[in-house]
Amino acid sequence: MKPLTGHIKADGTPLTLAEYEQLGGYQALRKALRMSPQEVTTEVKNSNLKGRGGAGFNTGMKWSFVPMDDPSAEKYLICNADEMEPGTFKDRWLLEGNPHQLLEGMLIAAYAIQASEGYVFLRYAYKTAAKGIRVALAEAERAGYLGSNILGSGFSLRMHLHTGVGRYMCGEETALLNSLEGKRATPRAKPPFPQVSGLFGKPTIVNNVETFSCVPHIISNGAAWFQSLSKNPQDGGTKIYGVSGKVNRPGAWELPMGITLRELIEEHAGGMRSGYRFRGALPGGASTDFLVEEHLDVPMDYGSVAAAGSRLGTGTVVVLDDRTCPVGFVHNLEHFFAQESCGWCTPCREGLPWTEKILRALENGEGRENDLDLLAMHAQALGPGKTFCALAPGAMEPLQSALNYFRKDFEQHIHEKKCPYGHTLH
Amino acid sequence: MLTDKDMLSEVEIEEINQELAGVPVKEAAGIEALKIIQRHRGWVSDESLRDVAAYLQMAPEELDSVATFYNLIFRQPVGRHIILLCDSISCWVMGYEQLSSQLRQKLGIGFGQTTADGCFTLLPNPCLGTCDHAPALMIDNDLYRDVSPEMLDEILGKYK
Repeated sequence: MKPLTGHIKADGTPLTLAEYEQLGGYQALRKALRMSPQEVTTEVKNSNLKGRGGAGFNTGMKWSFVPMDDPSAEKYLICNADEMEPGTFKDRWLLEGNPHQLLEGMLIAAYAIQASEGYVFLRYAYKTAAKGIRVALAEAERAGYLGSNILGSGFSLRMHLHTGVGRYMCGEETALLNSLEGKRATPRAKPPFPQVSGLFGKPTIVNNVETFSCVPHIISNGAAWFQSLSKNPQDGGTKIYGVSGKVNRPGAWELPMGITLRELIEEHAGGMRSGYRFRGALPGGASTDFLVEEHLDVPMDYGSVAAAGSRLGTGTVVVLDDRTCPVGFVHNLEHFFAQESCGWCTPCREGLPWTEKILRALENGEGRENDLDLLAMHAQALGPGKTFCALAPGAMEPLQSALNYFRKDFEQHIHEKKCPYGHTLH
Repeated sequence: MLTDKDMLSEVEIEEINQELAGVPVKEAAGIEALKIIQRHRGWVSDESLRDVAAYLQMAPEELDSVATFYNLIFRQPVGRHIILLCDSISCWVMGYEQLSSQLRQKLGIGFGQTTADGCFTLLPNPCLGTCDHAPALMIDNDLYRDVSPEMLDEILGKYK
């Protein structure tokens, strides 16, 4: 069953409002408006929907942290559509193919927390999605799904599309808020959490595109149904998985949560290209620890991937093959993270460029004996709890696991004074 | 005498005012205002930046700290077309380096530079979110996927 993508057209063009309504679109909103906000939140909480942006926190639980005692208090609802995690291309599919599903999910979430303003924070590169969302917003407003007194319920919501001007940091929840306020996208100290003090100091919920897109289906079909879509009821629903790299059929597929990495790569992505062997994979974007051959049968759900020493992250797998240098691969990742560090806190600002330089030297045959110790030191010093936000700890995940699984490759670079794969960086 | 405000065109002021209507404090419209200026003028000069800052009652340095944070606000003149070449991991695995060197050779420029005829500015760019069709690049609003070096002449030809 593919509730999120089954109806998306083969050519990827957006479903119109009429087409969406014909498929039962906006019936979940009608149903939610007959429930109490509390009931909506509880249903989503019970479905075990976990945040699809990468952090994997229970979505309904997150909503339940919004203070609801003052019904007149202003609140904000934000969709994080700044998909910029390298290797990740799942939200693009939903944004381009079915913007109304996203808007309906946001409307239901806004009702649950009684928000009066909503934003879609969309990355600049998604031009087609921007066009589709603008059309969908206008259609929804004309049909009375958006604006004042929605469907006669007394609930009102205004919704805006904000297109970004770059920087990976905008995907970090509190940095996104700063960017929406017209500031540099640097992270904020937590607590207070955005659920209590977010955009312009008001209670704010930020969720990912895929997360919101699940919500109408949960409300229509119930929490138990949503759990049953998954192979692991602890992590409800389907998941949009993706695979890129040297496989036969790179792509994205909506599958039951918890299918194995092997199924994903061998069945859905058609296996490795002829002449290439699987060496390892980042299971959920650039900021996740490598999994290797021994992990191929790990179910791709939040708990199982964590037990294997990594994170499900965005669920979009980047494959490392046996003809690509792992040191060069990790250098590319650290180059990205060093460039995208916002500079707000010292370990990240100083440590990431240092890490990149060491990896570049190693790749070009200029590595020194203590370089691996230096890299390991960085993996500690930039790890969880040492920096303001999750960027640097995320950057260290592929590095620390590469040092572990591909250590011989690193050592070979030092001892042979060249890249054994014949690769150099300019 | 011209005031700072007079340096912005009527259309620009009208568009900035629309943004100001939706935010509780003026500085919150800063990024949108910079986008508006860039849409009309191609880039944000020191003079433009100063004028926008004055209009939003911000210090120019404050607005510049915002402008220079975001890689797609241009504080230098750019060509008529912007090429964003994805250099992130999936594209790197699938042939970014060869594509990048061919592209730079064909254009005769490096990253951050503009061709002598003012046609193209080449910029490196993180993940374009189309990793199943790597390598990828964007020119203005157009996305090109599964790009091989052999396709470059035809692609670039559309913009000359």
